[in-house]
Amino acid sequence: MTVKRLGTYYLALFVWLFTSAMHIPDGYLSPATSLIMFLLVLPFWGLGVRKIRQTMNARSVPLISLMAAFSFVIMMFNIPLPGGTTGHAVGAALAAIVLGPEVAVIAVSIALIIQAFFFGDGGILALGANCFNMAVVIPYVSSAVYQAITKGTETSSPRRLIGAALGGWLGLTAGAFFTAVEFGVQPLLFSAADGTPLYAPYPLSVSLPAMLIPHMLVASVVEGMMTALIILYLQRSNIQVLEAAGEKGGGDGGVSMGKLRWLWVGVAVLVVASPLGLLAPGTAWGEWGVEELTKLGLESIPAGLERLSTLWGAPLADYDLPALGNANMGYLLSALLGIVLVGTMVWLLTLLVTGGAGRQKESI
Amino acid sequence: MRRQSHFLEKTLSGITQTLERSLFAEAISLQPGLFQSLDPRLKVLATLALLIGVSMARNPWVIGAVYLLVVCLALGSAIPADFFIRRVWLTIPLFTGMIALPALFLIPGQPLLHLPLGLIVTRTGAQSVLFLLLRVTTSLSVVLLLVLTTPWNTVLGALSVLRVPDVFILILGMTFRYIYLLLHIANDMFLSRKSRVIGRMSGSEERHMLAAIGANLLSKSLNMSSEVYLAMVSRGYRGAVVTFKPFRMRPRDWLWAALFAGITVSIIYLGR
Repeated sequence: MTVKRLGTYYLALFVWLFTSAMHIPDGYLSPATSLIMFLLVLPFWGLGVRKIRQTMNARSVPLISLMAAFSFVIMMFNIPLPGGTTGHAVGAALAAIVLGPEVAVIAVSIALIIQAFFFGDGGILALGANCFNMAVVIPYVSSAVYQAITKGTETSSPRRLIGAALGGWLGLTAGAFFTAVEFGVQPLLFSAADGTPLYAPYPLSVSLPAMLIPHMLVASVVEGMMTALIILYLQRSNIQVLEAAGEKGGGDGGVSMGKLRWLWVGVAVLVVASPLGLLAPGTAWGEWGVEELTKLGLESIPAGLERLSTLWGAPLADYDLPALGNANMGYLLSALLGIVLVGTMVWLLTLLVTGGAGRQKESI
Repeated sequence: MRRQSHFLEKTLSGITQTLERSLFAEAISLQPGLFQSLDPRLKVLATLALLIGVSMARNPWVIGAVYLLVVCLALGSAIPADFFIRRVWLTIPLFTGMIALPALFLIPGQPLLHLPLGLIVTRTGAQSVLFLLLRVTTSLSVVLLLVLTTPWNTVLGALSVLRVPDVFILILGMTFRYIYLLLHIANDMFLSRKSRVIGRMSGSEERHMLAAIGANLLSKSLNMSSEVYLAMVSRGYRGAVVTFKPFRMRPRDWLWAALFAGITVSIIYLGR
């Protein structure tokens, strides 16, 4: 019975998410989270501006404007999927392949800022989070995957299509992962004294599978498919665009990306693997005793349903439910946040160091 | 026949809707009204202050009061009330409502309401749904008020108060202009394609066609950017940006600034 209801609930969420984009509106994130997300995006904006100054100078203003406008327009395309539904692509993976990830960050960010300010898509205070999820994570992950797969191939090689498809798919999935983490930490960190969640109400155990699984099945497929099809078209009809992109990628950007490419690929793989673990705590960590299992599974069992269920009622009677749940989630959460933060810091530091080296070479 | 034109029409109507909406916003922003007459810098800062206030408030009544205030401001600014309320509430229940619905039952807490099928609405669950809906609605209305009463180039000019660099404002402005150009080009490509298609297209053909339009749009954008650059250079552009800031705060604007400051402080204080 419980399983059935849980299934119905997830099904309902999936149906909604099938047609939705990742734009977070204002009201879902606490002011503190919004601020932190702005701080996380800031260095990437700095890197993008520096890259533009180094490589493109005065030409960059119209190029960035046109590419941002292009990102905006491509987000409006309705793409038919097998089975009769339609979806939207973000276009960030394509921008990363053609412009390089550093410049793509700026172009997609500007498209998102205009969407938020003038069309009400995505919040203003949530802009930091939206830019991080869609304008930073997607370009860097897809570009890393694309470069890892297509290294040393001809511009017209079919491997470029595989790289583009996988890059787009993994990039958007990683973006959805970060969105889910931002949603999922809200009830843990920002609840009223009586336990009322003040912002997005669902914990990680709900938000991660609810965001990731439908994205992996639909939105990421759309992104990967469109990226690959557009690259295919360009290979056939306008290969100069891709060749120019190759030169850009092989320059300074290639050096800084090259060393850390596998880190991003690893992040992407971990991201994809995470909902599987969360969905099936019992089978994945089966060695544990019944009590540990109950504790583990606790957070993913809706309390309203769980109270009715005699199966879960007995062993849990003695425990203080919310406190126990929060302690477990706290461990999971701090581990997760730690990985993300440390990864970002290490990556930024290395990028600054290698970027600095690249610049020195140039000036000589 | 019906199947093949489905996604084309969806995209076409989406593009047309975006163009129409911005024309409508432009028309409202040129009418005489309360919010139209204020200094745009003040409006941008007031919008941000209200958004921060709403996101910090922990009392649903306070957020509700802000929503009423924004609706009153909209009424005083020549925005049709039914349009203003409908535009926000038509999207809110669809998106946030559907996300929030299961939270009624999933958040642990005291039972508030017993529904059939053994579902129990908890007090904390209901409160959290209320919070989310109120916050999202109010934030969206605040932004909509700014967008509908201020021409976009004025908003861009006002952004410089927030220490946004001039180059960035130039790029935002150009992007905004070229969005419309590219939307028109995309619209034309879709329309010309649609008018020439007879019979059914397979799903794969449809996707290839969309990719072709997208790739063409990308090539066009890249070409256009070099043409625009040459046009800029021929008009004397050398990389430096000068923006024209014709704004002046009048005594009335200062009065409203004080009012908004007072409102924001009370939202944060009362909403603790």
